[in-house]
Amino acid sequence: MSDRASFAPVCPMPADAAEEIQLAHGGGGGMTQRLIEEIFRPAFAASPGELVHDGAVLELGGARIAFTTDSYVVRPLFFPGGDIGSLAVNGTVNDLAMCGAQPLYLSLGLVLEEGLPIELLRRVVASVRCAADAAGVRVVTGDTKVVERGKGDGVYVNTAGVGLVVARRPVAPAEVRPGDVVLLSGDVGRHGVAIMSVREGLQFESAIESDCAPLAGLVLAMIEAGVELHCLRDLTRGGLATALIEIAEAGKVDIRVSEAAVAVSDPVRGACEILGLDPLYVANEGRCIAFVAPEQAERALAIMRRHPLGAGAAAIGTVEPGTGMGVVLRGLLGGSRVLDMLSGEQLPRIC
Amino acid sequence: MKFVDEYRDASAAHRYAEAIARIATRPWVIMEICGGQTHSILRHGIDRMLPTGVSLLHGPGCPVCVTPAEIIDAAIGIAGEPGVIFCSFGDMLRVPGEGGSLLAAKARGADVRIVYSPLDAVTIARANPRRQVVFFAIGFETTAPTTAMAVAQAAREDLGNFSLLVSHVLVPPAIEALLAAPDNTVQGFLAAGHVCTVMGVEAYAPLARRFGVPIVVTGFEPVDLLQGLHLCIRQLEEGRAEVENQYSRSVRAEGNQVARQLIRKVFEIRTQRWRGIGEIAASGLGLAPAYARYDALARFGRVIRPSAAEGECISGVILRGLKKPGDCPAFGTRCTPEHPLGATMVSSEGACAAYYRYRRLGTSPVAAALAEEIRR
Repeated sequence: MSDRASFAPVCPMPADAAEEIQLAHGGGGGMTQRLIEEIFRPAFAASPGELVHDGAVLELGGARIAFTTDSYVVRPLFFPGGDIGSLAVNGTVNDLAMCGAQPLYLSLGLVLEEGLPIELLRRVVASVRCAADAAGVRVVTGDTKVVERGKGDGVYVNTAGVGLVVARRPVAPAEVRPGDVVLLSGDVGRHGVAIMSVREGLQFESAIESDCAPLAGLVLAMIEAGVELHCLRDLTRGGLATALIEIAEAGKVDIRVSEAAVAVSDPVRGACEILGLDPLYVANEGRCIAFVAPEQAERALAIMRRHPLGAGAAAIGTVEPGTGMGVVLRGLLGGSRVLDMLSGEQLPRIC
Repeated sequence: MKFVDEYRDASAAHRYAEAIARIATRPWVIMEICGGQTHSILRHGIDRMLPTGVSLLHGPGCPVCVTPAEIIDAAIGIAGEPGVIFCSFGDMLRVPGEGGSLLAAKARGADVRIVYSPLDAVTIARANPRRQVVFFAIGFETTAPTTAMAVAQAAREDLGNFSLLVSHVLVPPAIEALLAAPDNTVQGFLAAGHVCTVMGVEAYAPLARRFGVPIVVTGFEPVDLLQGLHLCIRQLEEGRAEVENQYSRSVRAEGNQVARQLIRKVFEIRTQRWRGIGEIAASGLGLAPAYARYDALARFGRVIRPSAAEGECISGVILRGLKKPGDCPAFGTRCTPEHPLGATMVSSEGACAAYYRYRRLGTSPVAAALAEEIRR
């Protein structure tokens, strides 16, 4: 047994100042947020209303245009349920759809690594074409650069997209009102777990496929039926929890969510249990949340459920006046807790 | 999902909470040892389901939290050596030593890789014969067997380019140290189910006897924890101090003999420093002489010197259950998961991180609003 002197409670620990870019800066959580606040927003003198959403809405010659860009650096390039090509189309299409827009045209920028088999490039481009056709958009311009071997991961893709805003009212966090119902288009966590399982060589009894899909059809079906969408968000990096937290902050409201109402498939739950991940924070590529007025919620949910990509849709929560609490999750046992934005990437737990 | 849903069943949980309320006649202080249990308690709000007199203290059972800063600095130093591939469990990467974290070392160019098993590191060593592959072997008795397997495998294949930075720790000596401390307030323990799955329960009976505390081997799901607390409180109320096994679906009295043999073969017991707590005799595992050539410290000529710097972090008192995270003036202000002052704020199993994540600060408007919410 040690003596008392050596049993002194001391924990020397300097703060981690993070002077270099770390992977978590691109993770979509707190560190990404800090880059935006400390570097990007000051540089472009953007007001707090700008640079918050994944796409911009611009007035151009009398038309309202949605404009967005996104880069794709996924590894591996091909994964269960998709590949970097379909991801690059659907991701940008979804960013446009979340502005309440009909996606129309995409650009395709490719950064290729020296030594990449041309056959692989063909497969990626074929997948881009196939996904674009499925989403009803056209690739109309592009660019190709080649970097030295070892300076890239095979293929990096950037797509920018434009679309015509069809929603009659603004679709943004500032439009969210107390009383609004939060609708979730399906179960969560598939994309992140699918990527992680192939990246880390984890084998599960049933293969988990990415949910990668274009959400414009689902959104347009609601708009055409006259549903007023106050806010939309696709649940990419950071998952459902991060999306809700961002909207609560930007919209200055509280959001109450029921954990029991959020569907997570058994294979995804099992994988998350093993890896120590919280499915609420795992990325999706074909799921979104919609904020609608309570009187329209039932109809909006019915429209979602009729769409193949919204068959598992559910009302998961409601909006309340902002008290600064943010997102409160009512847990399975009835207790409530505040959801917090992760500071970095979710790292697998040790045991 | 089998083995999960039935242990997260709300009505079963509430039945146990009611049973606890019926039998608890006095205040009791109970410590759960394992960080995984702390996480589950806070996530599911189990502490709020208990009678007001029953308080839970959170033990030192987070392997990431108790790994000394000087070992992390050694890890960063070794990871920065030319040609080294440094393999670690994921949640160790963010913990800073005095010279930054492994994640920052990775950003500066070190080849740091996340593995899920030490055997993955052996595979990497096999595939990269010209590189030195080092595995950061941390954790309790739960991860020690797979580390031992990796060492045995490397020895069988005579892999000359594989080594380990070992900082394994043992639970029973830590419990003994906590109980023997003059300022101890803990009256009963929930022992960590997974550790006992490997090691069995025999080490706990002498502790229960000597210190007169009940020790209940407990699982990690809400119903497990409430059942474990019920057993523990029943013992306290009846004046008993025995070892009981709530987690019988996983734990056998003798543990896993194959795993225990492997640990005995590859490791020897040594004195170990615990971050924030200090040195505890016979509380760590080092490589046995027969496997000393796999010791990364020797291979890279590094000597460990106890870190002397002091900070304002009180994680030592928190790891010993003397204070709760909300009692720390830096909690949630100068110390957050993004800017941690101590390891308990970094690891996903650390008590401070769990309190931060599940927002438990006693006097904040957030906590007040939450309390209001619960009353509703």
